[in-house]
Amino acid sequence: MLEIKNLHARIGEKEILKGVNLSIPDGQIHAIMGPNGAGKSTLSYVLSGRDGYEVTEGEVLYNGANILEMAPEDRAIAGIFLAFQYPVELPGVGNANFLRTALNAIRRKRGQEELDAVAFLKLARAVVKSLHMKEDFLKRNVNVGFSGGEKKRNEMLQMTLLQPGLAILDETDSGLDIDALKIVADGVNALRSEKFSALVITHYQRLLDHIIPDMVHVLAGGRIVRSGSAALALELEEHGYAGLEAA
Amino acid sequence: MSVSTVEALAEQKYKYGFTTEIAMEEFPRGLSEEIVRLISARKGEPDWMLEWRLKAYALWRKMEEPDWARIKHPPIDYDDLYYYAAPAAPAPKSLDEVDPELLKTYEKLGIPLNERAALAGVAVDAVFDSVSVATTFRETLSKAGVIFCPISEAVREHPELVRQYLGTVVPAADNFFAALNSAVFSDGSFVYIPKGVRCPMELSTYFRINARNTGQFERTLIIADDEATVSYLEGCTAPMRDENQLHAAVVELVALEGAKIKYSTVQNWYPGDEQGRGGIYNFVTKRGACRGRNSKISWTQVETGSAITWKYPSCILQGEGSVGEFYSVALTNNFQQADTGTKMIHLGRNTTSTIISKGISAGHSNNTYRGLVKIMAGAQGARNFTQCDSLLIGDQCGAHTVPYIESRNASAKVEHEATTSKIAEDQLFYCRSRGLSQEDAVGLIVNGFCKDVLKELPMEFAVEAQKLLSVSLEGSVG
Ligand SMILES: Nc1ncnc2c1ncn2[C@@H]1O[C@H](COP(=O)(O)OP(=O)(O)O)[C@@H](O)[C@H]1O
Ligand SMILES: [Mg+2]
Repeated sequence: MLEIKNLHARIGEKEILKGVNLSIPDGQIHAIMGPNGAGKSTLSYVLSGRDGYEVTEGEVLYNGANILEMAPEDRAIAGIFLAFQYPVELPGVGNANFLRTALNAIRRKRGQEELDAVAFLKLARAVVKSLHMKEDFLKRNVNVGFSGGEKKRNEMLQMTLLQPGLAILDETDSGLDIDALKIVADGVNALRSEKFSALVITHYQRLLDHIIPDMVHVLAGGRIVRSGSAALALELEEHGYAGLEAA
Repeated sequence: MSVSTVEALAEQKYKYGFTTEIAMEEFPRGLSEEIVRLISARKGEPDWMLEWRLKAYALWRKMEEPDWARIKHPPIDYDDLYYYAAPAAPAPKSLDEVDPELLKTYEKLGIPLNERAALAGVAVDAVFDSVSVATTFRETLSKAGVIFCPISEAVREHPELVRQYLGTVVPAADNFFAALNSAVFSDGSFVYIPKGVRCPMELSTYFRINARNTGQFERTLIIADDEATVSYLEGCTAPMRDENQLHAAVVELVALEGAKIKYSTVQNWYPGDEQGRGGIYNFVTKRGACRGRNSKISWTQVETGSAITWKYPSCILQGEGSVGEFYSVALTNNFQQADTGTKMIHLGRNTTSTIISKGISAGHSNNTYRGLVKIMAGAQGARNFTQCDSLLIGDQCGAHTVPYIESRNASAKVEHEATTSKIAEDQLFYCRSRGLSQEDAVGLIVNGFCKDVLKELPMEFAVEAQKLLSVSLEGSVG
């Protein structure tokens, strides 16, 4: 269960989030839509603990624990996963090595057994296949020279391996063709369970045809200005965000 | 915090910082003709060797320390150093006779000298302060005709080879530290690979400084005869001490026709503490001569230790079609200073050289790449490719690149690429959001940056080197 209460955050002197309230019960998927610059990515970074984003008011509880004081890696260990809007390149770092290092860091901290290279590769190859990626994907350097779609699929690969309790997808669908979009949706749907929740940030209704959200929220001007059922996304698709910011 | 936790923390940062309690023989402080004679006599050297040393000593007396490197240090008082320190017990004749304290020391360093426990396929010459204390797998090697022994022994047992090659690649007059080494070198390794032989094992020398105030001056000579192949690795560590210690080594490599020498270094001398107190002054001259056609010399170095590193492993590409390579990672943290690089001297036709240098600077350190690519008039068709990358961690450190290119042959092709970057905040955050600690994230990114060099190391050591890079950066971020 994620609970965001009256969250205010700023970057430098500029206040971006101006009192966000949002609860996502376990097992649910919520979508956030909203115009560019509304603060959607900012919210995702604040939730995952990026430096430079200062919380001035409010709190965020994840499974009852205040996460705002936690380092990013501790939030990951607690089960929070952010699929980046712009995944980062790591030159010289092999994808398999990166994934295994991350997975084992998390498993170790969660008191689970670490995976050796053989067990890891077996697992990773299966996921790679389910995401319709070529096997050399694991051998390439993290995101280096990946196409936009490959980068997003790599985020899904990481998410599937790390088995988060809360996944935040920041415009994972942007720039994807319909086939890749379905792959991303399949990845999220495969994780659906009583213990999994997700916050899906998107501009497009079409992703929500494949990941049916329990609720849709509109973030504008640093606040949630409207919330509703999945039907709200259709309405927004038709009428846009006009008039919402003022609300 | 209790003393033991502080010690445990220090150990973690530089886990080789312990000292070995063992009875030592030391010569009086200071350097004179008398000391040179004493060293030579102690080693039972023939007259020619003593004369060679004395000549070098006379040269050194007239020379000045070089001042062109981007390093700073208080003057070294050469009269205040010890030039010879060795375990007092008579030299062991076999591994069974080696002092158990010494065996324990090397065990602790991860270099078991017991042949059964040794790393598979690696023969070790263990040099402790001024002398070689053990050489493993000598029998296995001698069956293949390979000579691998302390150089002091080679002077006595294989004088014809030593006389033919010693000082022919790095003459005593080459520079101040080479002259000093030539006068007082006490031990080091000697390798001879006969014609057509591919050395059946990795050879390695492990240098350990233990005694206080003692300079270490080892000398290594490796000769690969026609069509011979050898891969050699050296490792080095020293105790943590507040005062600086001098290490001035000379390494000479000779590759004859079609011969290949791969020389790898993992240099982890004590770097000094967070305040820049203590650490080794590492002034080293390493040079290889590709004398034969199609010969090849490849240097790979991972330099993480020492307060000061002054070191330019070089290749003289004389034989037609010969190949020189230099792969380097130099990492400096805290107040370390490294001025390192290479010289590729192209004399022969169609000679090629490759230089890949990765400098990582953190803390208040300074890291300079200094390189020379020289194409002589006769080097028709020579080629060089140089890639020099610097990575900065924090904003108190410096990275400098000083590449010299001199070409006297219009047909030569010389390419140079250089980059400087910082570990980006988004890279760190990306890794951390996947569960990696800040330090593991830095380690991963730095190892990625160095990959092109690390992959040149023999497998067994690549893993060690990776860990070393991460450990050396502890505390540098955040
Ligand atoms: N690093 C930054 N420094 C200053 N302002 C920023 C920074 N990142 C984002 N902003 C500003 O914060 C606001 C919200 O940005 P963002 O969270 O990326 O919006 P969204 O993801 O909804 O498009 C925008 O006005 C943007 O210009
Ligand atoms: Mg955004």
